[in-house]
Amino acid sequence: MMLKRLVIATVAVMIATATQAEVLKLAVTTSFANSGLADVLLPQIKDDTGINVQLLIVGTGQALALGAAGDVDAVLVHSRASEENWLAAGNGTHRREIMYNDFVFVGPKNDPAGVRSADTAVDVLRSISNAEAPFVSRGDASGTHKMEQRLWEEAGLNPEREGWYRAVGQGMGAALNTAAGMNAYIMSDRASWLKFANKADLEMVFEGDPVLFNQYAYLPVNPEKHPHVKNDLAMQLEEWLVSDTGKALINGYTLNGERLFTFNAKVE
Amino acid sequence: MNDILLGLAQAAELIVTLNGDLVEITALSLSVSLTAAIIATIIGLPMGAWLAINRFPARRFVIALLNALMGLPPVVVGLIVYVLFSRSGPFGVLGLLFTPTVMVIAQVIIITPIVASVAHQAIRELWADYHDLLISLRASKAQRIGTLLWDGRRALMTASLAGFGRAIGEVGAIMIVGGNIDHATRVLTTAIALETGKGEFAMALALGFVLIGLAIVVNLSIHILSRTERSARW
Amino acid sequence: MVGQRKTCWLELENVTLRRQGRAILQDIRFRLDDTGIVIVMGPNGAGKTTLLRAIHGLERIRSGTIRWCDDDHADSLRQAFVFQSPVLMRRSVVDCIAYPLRLDGVARGPARKAAQAAAHEVGLTVDLEKPVRVLSGGEKQKMALARALIRAPKVLFLDEPCANLDGRATKEIEETLCRVRDTGTRIIMSTHDIGQARRLAGTVLFLHDGRLVEHAEGTAFFTAPKTREAQTYLTGGLLL
Repeated sequence: MMLKRLVIATVAVMIATATQAEVLKLAVTTSFANSGLADVLLPQIKDDTGINVQLLIVGTGQALALGAAGDVDAVLVHSRASEENWLAAGNGTHRREIMYNDFVFVGPKNDPAGVRSADTAVDVLRSISNAEAPFVSRGDASGTHKMEQRLWEEAGLNPEREGWYRAVGQGMGAALNTAAGMNAYIMSDRASWLKFANKADLEMVFEGDPVLFNQYAYLPVNPEKHPHVKNDLAMQLEEWLVSDTGKALINGYTLNGERLFTFNAKVE
Repeated sequence: MNDILLGLAQAAELIVTLNGDLVEITALSLSVSLTAAIIATIIGLPMGAWLAINRFPARRFVIALLNALMGLPPVVVGLIVYVLFSRSGPFGVLGLLFTPTVMVIAQVIIITPIVASVAHQAIRELWADYHDLLISLRASKAQRIGTLLWDGRRALMTASLAGFGRAIGEVGAIMIVGGNIDHATRVLTTAIALETGKGEFAMALALGFVLIGLAIVVNLSIHILSRTERSARW
Repeated sequence: MVGQRKTCWLELENVTLRRQGRAILQDIRFRLDDTGIVIVMGPNGAGKTTLLRAIHGLERIRSGTIRWCDDDHADSLRQAFVFQSPVLMRRSVVDCIAYPLRLDGVARGPARKAAQAAAHEVGLTVDLEKPVRVLSGGEKQKMALARALIRAPKVLFLDEPCANLDGRATKEIEETLCRVRDTGTRIIMSTHDIGQARRLAGTVLFLHDGRLVEHAEGTAFFTAPKTREAQTYLTGGLLL
């Protein structure tokens, strides 16, 4: 009897999920999801447009892969070079810049590498390298990881084989947990860091260099390649994201009194 | 240590207040894993029994394979199922990716070898007892399997429950094929992974305690419903 | 083989059975024609159990033939086998006894009713809803006998059915066997209880070392065994 009821309940759940109208699947990066902005935007999107946006929270690499496979209707990521390659391969219709946030450096309170006095992000990395202070890298080909690699390159350093350099190959949260455990330096997006609950002995040690700005772009999946994707919904969502409502919500979102995202979409 | 206490307190609070999100993800965890366990049982038990009573050249190989598949990494299963059900994959047209259905499929693949393997062990012993009688009575193959499954039902329930246990605690595969979508495919384990990622250890632990409690409740209620431990009858 | 020629019901010719290169049965040949209980005797390891199992079709013989003269006897569904240690199914006594009928597609109710009758017939008076495992040795053997009788077999094999049973249980089983014999069922039974053999034997097959040493009518065998092996065995000597 119980078995029967469970089976019925399961089938009901499945049917309910399958028949929900106006569902759009959007692959986003962990940093976006962890920021909490989605919790503000999604209900408003549903109210205004009737679209139920389902988020797949993954790294930039996997987000673009899901889009290329046609498993999501659009992606919202932050890694320009990868996005352009992805577009060039015919996976999407276009790239629309929506907003940016920024990366910060987090490290031990006593700052053994002395990065607080650095002028630029590149200087920060040089100090860490000179001090051979433990540094945790995402190491997962995410947007954050790619940004970090670019900065190491600019600093003329190649730390990947050094003992103090730890590539964890995981998401922002897991990497922050590792850094907290090791009392290490790490580069994080501001939102993930502010939301992060397990700060231990870490605090923010560097911010503000314009190279650390992190541009988020919205890319609908190409319906010519994947006819089943809901391009009309994706376009509707884009319109909403760049609308005044979207702008107000994005710019107005704060955490501990700090503004996290800056709206910078060009309105046509 | 403090996190564990906080987690326990938070778990208690979530349960007492019947937190809506908690109820939703718990219900989905339960229905996905129970469905997977039921399907794996329907496939795995007869398979285990069939392997126990038949002698054929590749038998040892099949049993070794089954035992090896018990250790199948869920992430690998998840990836394979993802590739199969992706829009670009052979079953893409079904549109099942990121639905509870495909989560059930992935879990069935993960736990069927466990159910079949444990069932095979149990049935093999019973078959040794029953062999002469069933051959003497000229029971057909189907009758033999039916008799062994029925008379071995208590041990076989352990097989099913082992499968259920692995399913409900599994995260690697359903994370990939389900996508951990809020209000759609989020289950206890993927929610725990998410909370851990946010550094919200107390919340993650609270969900973990709910998961453990759920597994205990399911095991107990199935034992009570089937009255297996009522007396040392068999 | 004196007097009138009776109809044969079972004939074995040159039956040989080997296991791992060792001959368990060697060149067994006999024909059975009277209606009494056939007792297979011999010391441990003589091949009694294997002979019974081979005739019933549980063992594959290497060479020779086993011929049932009557189709009724040949039908394996009309044969039943009581094993030395009863096979205990994980069921209640009544469901164990009813099991062969359930295999035949008889509904649970009628099958259980028949099982109760069969239990009564063999003198099994315990609570039939108990699990078989808790029965005493004698009760278990009676359960196995009732289960064997429930399909009304034409041929009944029993492998040392009374080994380890007390006198009372043995007596009840022997009484049942005599009644079954009188209904026309052929019984082939192994035992190394000489007293039991003497009480029941219509015909004796005496085995030693996988060979059929002596095949005689019961009374004749016990009063005047022809072979040295049988003489030694009956007088309690050791056959080496």
